[in-house]
Amino acid sequence: MLLLAFDTASPAVTAAVCEPVGDGVRVRASVSSVDARRHGELLAPGIQEVVERSGAQMADLTHIAVGIGPGPYTGLRVGLATAHALAEALGIACHGVATLDAIAFASGRTTPFVAASDARRKEVFWARYDDALTRVGDIAVDRPADVDTGGLPVIGHGAHLYADVFGQDAAQAEPLYPDAAALGELAVRRLVEGRELPEPLPLYLRRPDAQEPGAPKKVRQWQA
Amino acid sequence: MSNTDLPLILGIESSCDETGVGLVRGCELLSDEVASSVDQHARFGGVVPEVASRAHLEAMTPTVQRALDRAGVKLSDVDAIAVTAGPGLAGALLVGVSAAKAYALALGKPLYGVNHLVGHVAVDQLEHGPLPKPTVALLVSGGHTSLLLVRDLATDVRLLGDTVDDAAGEAYDKVARLLDLPYPGGPPIDRAAREGDPGSIRFPRGKWGDGTYDFSFSGLKTAVARWVEDAERDGRPVPVPDVAAAFQEAVVDVLTRKAVDACREHGVEHMVISGGVAANSRLRALAEERCAAAGIELRVPRPRLCTDNGAMIAALGAEVVAAGLPPSRLDLATDTSLPVNRPLAG
Repeated sequence: MLLLAFDTASPAVTAAVCEPVGDGVRVRASVSSVDARRHGELLAPGIQEVVERSGAQMADLTHIAVGIGPGPYTGLRVGLATAHALAEALGIACHGVATLDAIAFASGRTTPFVAASDARRKEVFWARYDDALTRVGDIAVDRPADVDTGGLPVIGHGAHLYADVFGQDAAQAEPLYPDAAALGELAVRRLVEGRELPEPLPLYLRRPDAQEPGAPKKVRQWQA
Repeated sequence: MSNTDLPLILGIESSCDETGVGLVRGCELLSDEVASSVDQHARFGGVVPEVASRAHLEAMTPTVQRALDRAGVKLSDVDAIAVTAGPGLAGALLVGVSAAKAYALALGKPLYGVNHLVGHVAVDQLEHGPLPKPTVALLVSGGHTSLLLVRDLATDVRLLGDTVDDAAGEAYDKVARLLDLPYPGGPPIDRAAREGDPGSIRFPRGKWGDGTYDFSFSGLKTAVARWVEDAERDGRPVPVPDVAAAFQEAVVDVLTRKAVDACREHGVEHMVISGGVAANSRLRALAEERCAAAGIELRVPRPRLCTDNGAMIAALGAEVVAAGLPPSRLDLATDTSLPVNRPLAG
């Protein structure tokens, strides 16, 4: 198994090549940069770079794992469109990993916590975890003040942005963004364990923002 | 005629609400598959960018597969990938460009980020063969209204004029709403107008005779709104066919007049009309009449090729490859306002 992992559902653009080794996972190469406006420009060169640095060719890849969000939609779709087309062209399997799960996994925590990412519009995407590998329930989108943290520590970019609302030090929010090395390691582990991963489909959690128009605006000033 | 010695170009288009994938060799069209999200936008009266972007992501790889199947080729047969890099909706463009980069990377084939507007002109080659040089191109759609001087599709396209406000197709959509006709407004207005008298109401011709090749349709739309409101206030029934015909006449009168003037001024004997509004029957008829009178040869692709599609992007890609231009890099950026004088985005 040689797995290409990447995620674009946060301000970070991150890619890695991973493989199972013994009981563990080896990350052959990884790259990350934070630039919320350039996902479309950075991802493909990033993938090319990690594949080259891992000493492999595109044709050697056997699996793709892609972050399915939730996260800002335009960036999220860069990763998914890339994953779908790569998998189709290479004829290999493509799986999804919730971006928040990758952040939680990278935290390495062994006790309960909450992970929260920035959902924009003064909201966060969030979920509770028993430990780094175990999410409890579904991911939700709420205003920070409405998140029931149960007094647990909160990690992720959402925790950093709203540290005052969550009543904790912003410095304790690490890791802020997903890292493809962690996402890939999580995916390899699950696949080796024979567990199912989500379909590579976007977690939007919100409907498109659009309003049906009313009657056309009048152009004449009506006489009283 | 078989052209198997020419490169096989895969074209991907996602600048607005159509996910288009086409396969082309030279001027030969092998397949042209389109998945449209237009029905999802109808109740909003216009394209909702987020709705369009979501639909592109769902449709992209299945549409590529359909295009390959229809052409009877495999992905590994593709020699180069062309994709719309702009102009268009940012989030929508990014889906197509991301997929195109992934195909290029996986297949080890060159990527060409090309111009949507020039693609609308290039597509005519798939129906009528190589474009005469030079040609004046009138591009009319829901998002664009431009007059171009095309000396070479890959390397020499000049913008002569553009709309200063609404695109022609946008004016059709807005007037259709005023007349309680469905979205998109082009086809229902065209149909209603056939029963109406275009001379019954004289609507203004924006930027008529102003010495430029620019267009304006916002004032026309407001004039129609005033006329309809006045009729309603006075309790007169609105004669939809007459209003539609008079509005349509004002649009196509200015479009064709300025396009013919551009041919005359630049000594050009060939004109192409393309874009979604080129499917309009009155525009075709009046353009044919005026071109014939001016000794200009008019080419209009069939309606299916006039609206957004992937074949037009593949057709331009074939031109760019034939011209020996360098491929785009993998860090190619989308450009929502890519100027028409850059057929290849970079």
